[in-house]
Parts: sequence; structure tokens; C-alpha cells
Amino acid sequence: MATMTMAKALNAALADAMLDDERVVVFGEDVGQLGGVFRITDGLQARFGDKRCFDTPLAEAGIVGFAVGLAMSGLRPVVEMQFDAFAYPAFEQIASHVAKLRNRTRGALSVPMVIRVPYAGGIGGVEHHCDSSEAYYAHTPGLKVVTPATVADAYSLLREAIDDPDPVVFMEPKKLYFGSGEAELPARTEPFGRAVVRRSGRDATLIAYGPAVPVALEAAEAACEEGWDLEVVDIRTIVPFDDVTITESVRRTGRCVVVQEAQGFAGVGAEIAARVQERCFHALHAPVLRVSGLDIPYPAPMLEHTHLPSVDRVLDAVARLQWDDQPDPRWLTEGSAA
Amino acid sequence: MTSTPQAVRRATPRKRRPATPAAPDPSAGLLPEAESVRLLNPDGSPLPARADYPEPPVEALREMYRRMVVGRRFDAQATALTKQGRLAVYPSSRGQEACQVGGVLALRDDDWVFPTYRESMALTARGIDPVEVLTLLRGDWHCGYDPTVVRTAPQCTPLATQCVHAAGLAYGESYQGRDTVAMVYIGDGATSEGDFHEGVNFAAVFKAPVVYFVQNNRYAISVPLSRQTAAPSLAYKGVGYGVPSEQVDGNDPVAVLAVLNRAVAHARAGKGPFLVEAHTYRMEPHTNADDQTRYRDADEVAAWRDRDPIARLESYLRARDVLDDAAVAEIAAQAEEYAAGLRERMNIQPTVDPLSLFDHVYAQPTPQLVEQREQVRAELAATQEGDA
Ligand SMILES: Cc1ncc(C[n+]2csc(CCOP(=O)(O)OP(=O)(O)O)c2C)c(N)n1
Ligand SMILES: [Mg+2]
Repeated sequence: MATMTMAKALNAALADAMLDDERVVVFGEDVGQLGGVFRITDGLQARFGDKRCFDTPLAEAGIVGFAVGLAMSGLRPVVEMQFDAFAYPAFEQIASHVAKLRNRTRGALSVPMVIRVPYAGGIGGVEHHCDSSEAYYAHTPGLKVVTPATVADAYSLLREAIDDPDPVVFMEPKKLYFGSGEAELPARTEPFGRAVVRRSGRDATLIAYGPAVPVALEAAEAACEEGWDLEVVDIRTIVPFDDVTITESVRRTGRCVVVQEAQGFAGVGAEIAARVQERCFHALHAPVLRVSGLDIPYPAPMLEHTHLPSVDRVLDAVARLQWDDQPDPRWLTEGSAA
Repeated sequence: MTSTPQAVRRATPRKRRPATPAAPDPSAGLLPEAESVRLLNPDGSPLPARADYPEPPVEALREMYRRMVVGRRFDAQATALTKQGRLAVYPSSRGQEACQVGGVLALRDDDWVFPTYRESMALTARGIDPVEVLTLLRGDWHCGYDPTVVRTAPQCTPLATQCVHAAGLAYGESYQGRDTVAMVYIGDGATSEGDFHEGVNFAAVFKAPVVYFVQNNRYAISVPLSRQTAAPSLAYKGVGYGVPSEQVDGNDPVAVLAVLNRAVAHARAGKGPFLVEAHTYRMEPHTNADDQTRYRDADEVAAWRDRDPIARLESYLRARDVLDDAAVAEIAAQAEEYAAGLRERMNIQPTVDPLSLFDHVYAQPTPQLVEQREQVRAELAATQEGDA
């Protein structure tokens, strides 16, 4: 086992994929000589040449559309969107072509590619640099949407994404880039479509993904002091989604809080909460609660900590899980309270 | 005696500084000619031959004529099929036959075409089964043909998005040592979309062998060209990207093919993309569902009837003695046969399978899709039982 950052693991995954498969080409803005603004493509151009790793004109629709054509010609494009919000110009290409070409052509033409998106906040970034955009992609059939929370997953999921026959939007939590973890490369973790129990517990299940996973884990540790033994499930691959693991966990614990960094309304957490409720209704002792970012545009750096789901907010939600069999007073109408 | 002061002469001979050569015009070879390239007059009589745009061989022109006649008949048949409820909608390209056919005739079979919804005629001229071409509009699936077999992308409706795909495909092909050319069909209105500019720019920067072929039919549904651009013509959009460009009379089949041949040769030779603007006119409404009286006069449409591309080529070929009454009749008969075959096949109600909705969303269906498929299967079974 070696200790390394998530950034390093992602870089190693790209390099190993390029080594193993000469169809893999990596391109985007500043990914060549500079190695990307987060250095995820560091050294790839020097090592593999400027045909395999190259800078493009500054145009995100162009980058993704170009990748569509390259994939049609038989190459395996891996493109970098510089920041979450700067992928929006490419949305038409992603939603109308990347996601649909296989379906539109009854499987005759597929465009396997990886669209890497550094996303979410917690890094003191100014506006347009901290969006949680995963719901837009997860809501688009035809895309796989993956987001690692551990160093080993970063490597393994990226390798799997590059090998996958379908297009993958690979969401990289920026605030985890430079945190270290243990991994032995080439790491192979659970495949796409499998959620993982990061911490076992008996009393309630916290379900999280991407940047919210460390928050959930920290909350679970803190909860011990209050006498709660919490389980933490890391979703890892939003699409394809693993109903089995979360259902099994919540049926066992009987309580569930979904934690996501993104704004909550109509988000991935809402989907997860609905699915848990559908599958675990008879095992639930309390409504499924959500802890998410606020329903506001991502705030300015000095205010982001009010927005971000914190350990305390998670613990507050856990406290509201009707431990004493009393309904949460905030959901009682005057009539029913009487 | 007073001496008039005289300027002292230099003892050494005066050297002349060589005149600074005029800086080469960086736009030379990129700008289109001020007037459209034209090789035939509207009445079909020839204009002087041009060395830069050699006239295509006469067999190619005869074949072009044949495909234009068949194409127009196909187009009329497709419009008729909308009236019979066999097609949901049909965007006609009547009047644009020289462009529709020229664009595919300039290519090899292993080149790639990136068409729009307007190009049904072009695709049938490329030899794709007309029923497969019309699948999208009949409504039994989106794309009816296998793009990898006929080297033709699905007809593209999100305007201009195909411009970048072509750049990527063409670059990817040359990257892998193949000399494939990509031909992008695009309308005048769509040149205002960002993806047109990104596509042309990417192709230029990566020297991708793409021909961007703008059919300027003067309207984007109801919106006239003057609302799309203030440029002298759309062919002037190439110079800003370093892309050589030309404008051509899009109703002059000989000139269209000559210019496209040169554009394709340029791309295939590894010199990067080429932009061609063809000035043409759509004689029919935007689609059968459009009401063109709201935005253009009947007089304007009538005036374009005198510039009919098929009549123009026919009179030229007749004058050159390579087409006679018998050949014209024979080609007309072929066109009728083609239309009759299409009509007959389109009269058969296609079978659709609701369970196929779950195929091809992903290479392997997700567990959720498997579940939904099972639900639909049960619904279908219950419906069948109810019917029985
Ligand atoms: C991105 C996008 N916006 C709007 C439309 C709706 N639309 C379909 S065709 C059309 C007009 C296009 O005009 P032009 O590019 O000149 O092509 P033509 O139809 O004349 O061949 C419009 C606005 C669309 N298909 N895609
Ligand atoms: Mg138009």
C-alpha cells in the first residue's frame, strides 16, 4: 500500500490506460504542457506525445463534439472540462449526441468516451467554479455518471470508465483532489453499479456520494459519542445505480439520511430518498431525510460554509429520525397535532 | 560676378534602396470570389471554362442529372406520403437538387457524410435505402440506416452540432492513416450557431479533411438571411478561421460539382478544411407543416422557377449531345419506378416492438431498465389478454 493523493491516482489511471490502449487520447483546455489546472494530466504529453495528449481551442461544445467524431472513427477520447460550470456550453452535445447516439442508431453507432468534470466546492472558489452538476447528467438516459470518494476508487473507476462501452461523465470532487489515501496501483475496486458500505453500523444508514462521503464518515464517528452507530454507504456510481446495497442496509437499520453537497431540490438525493422509501417502507421507523446544499446559486467563498452540508447538519438530521418514536414536530399540521 | 549657389553633388553614386516588397496578403486564397462561381447560364448555355474549377467529366454530369431527376421524384413522393399520413413530417429539398446530389457525388463511398434533416434526397442519391432514410420521419425509430455501413451520420436536427463531429471524425481518420474526407451539409441559418464556428475552427486548427457545404436557401424556416448575418456572404466566414472558401451558384449543377470536387481534393490532399457556400432556394415550405405565405411572396418563389437546376443541366447535356429524348424518358421512367417502389413499401405498416425501447440505451441495460422492461412486458401481456 502506498499513500497518494486522488490527483495522483487519477493521473496514474490516465497514464496506465494510455499505455494499455493506444486508442486512448486525452484532450481539453491546458491539459498538454501545463498538465491541466489541477495537474491531473501532468506529464502525459511529455510521455505519450502531443498526438495522444493535446490542447484544443477553448470551446467546450467543440471539445465534446470533436470527441464524438473521434469515437466514431474508433478512438477512445478522454476529455477534460476545466470546471463544472464550464461544461455547460457542451451540454447540447452531451444530451443530444453523446447520450443518444447508441439509442438513435439501434446500437449501430456508439460513442464510448469519458468526460471528466472537476466538480463541487469547498475549496473557496469564486462563482462558476464550484457547481454540483451531477443531477443534469444523471437525469440524461444514456450517460453513466460516476464519482469517486476514495483514492483507490479514483484510479479504478477511471480505468473502468475508459474501458466502458458507454459514455461516462466522470465527476471528480475538487476538494478531495489533494487529500491522501491508501492505494496499491493498479487498484481494482468494486465495478460500476455497486455501492460500497464504507462504515458498518446498526442504527441508521447515511447514504452519500462524492464530496459528501467524508462528511458522512465524520458524522458517523461523531455520532458514536451520542450513542448512535451509523452505517455509511458510498454510492460511487450514480448511474448505474445500486438499489440492492442501499436497500439491504436500510432494511437492516430502519433509518436513513441521504447526504449530498448539491442543492437539494430535484437532486440525486431526492431520487435516492424516493427509491429507499419505495423499497424499505415497512422497515422504516422514520421518514427518509435529506441533508444537502441550500437551494441557492453556489455562494461566494466567505459564505460557502453556510451552504455546505456539515457534520452538525447531518447529526441534526440523525437526531430527527424519531428515536423516541415521536414524529418530527415540524411535519405536524395544526390539525393533526390537535 | 555673382555665382548662383549650386548644390554640391555627391561624389559617390546614389544607391537605391530596394523597394520593400508588399507584405503578402494573409487572406489570399482564403476569401471567396466576389461573385458566385458559375459554369452554366440559367438557360443551360455554357460560360467560359475555368482552369481553377475544371468541368467534371460528362459521364459524371449525366449521372448527376439522373440522380437529380430521381431525387426530385423521391422528394415529391415523400411530400405525398405526409398527406397520406405515412410520414409525420417531411422537409422538402425541391429546388436544391444540384446541392443535394453534388455533395454526395463529389465523395468516395468510404468518405463520410454529415447530413441534416433536409438531406433525405442527398442520402437516397448516396444509395441509401429510401425506406431507411425515411424511418426517422415515419416514426418507427430515429435513424433507420447503419451509419457505419453507409458511412453517413444520422440526420442531424440540433442545428450545426454535426460540424464538430465531422471535424473529430475526419481528424480521427487521418490520425489512423486513412484519407477519408467528411462532407458536412448545413443550412444558412445554422451558420449562426456556435457549433458551426467551433467545428470550422477545430477542423482548421487540426487540419481535418472536412468540406463544410452551406446550402444557403435564403431562409431558416421564416427568418431571412439578413437576420443571420451582416457578412457579404456566408463564404466570408471561412477567412476568420484560416479556411479557404468559395461561393457557387447552387442551381448550376456543373459549377456545384466542380467546386465541390476541388474542395474535396483540397481536403484529401491534407490541406485542411474547405468552406463552400451554394446560393440556392427551397421551392417548397420549410416542411409540409409550414405556411410560407406568412413570410414570402409567391412572386419570389416563381422567379426561382426560371433557375431550375434540373432544366439547366438537361439543356446543357442535350446541347452537348449526351442526352436525348429517349434518355430523358428512360430516366423519368426510372424515377417513377423508384417512387412506386417506395410508395408500395411505405404502405406497409411497420411493426414496432415496445420492448425494444430498452435496448440500446446502454450496451447492457441497467437494473432499473430491466425492471421497467419487465413492467412494460407485463402491461403488454395484460393488454393482449384483455383483447383476447
Ligand atoms: C439548435 C436548434 N435550434 C432550433 C431548431 C429548430 N429548427 C429546425 S430547422 C430550423 C431552421 C434552420 O434553417 P437553415 O439552417 O437555414 O436550414 P434549412 O432548414 O433552410 O435547410 C430551425 C430553427 C433546431 N433544429 N435546432
Ligand atoms: Mg435555410
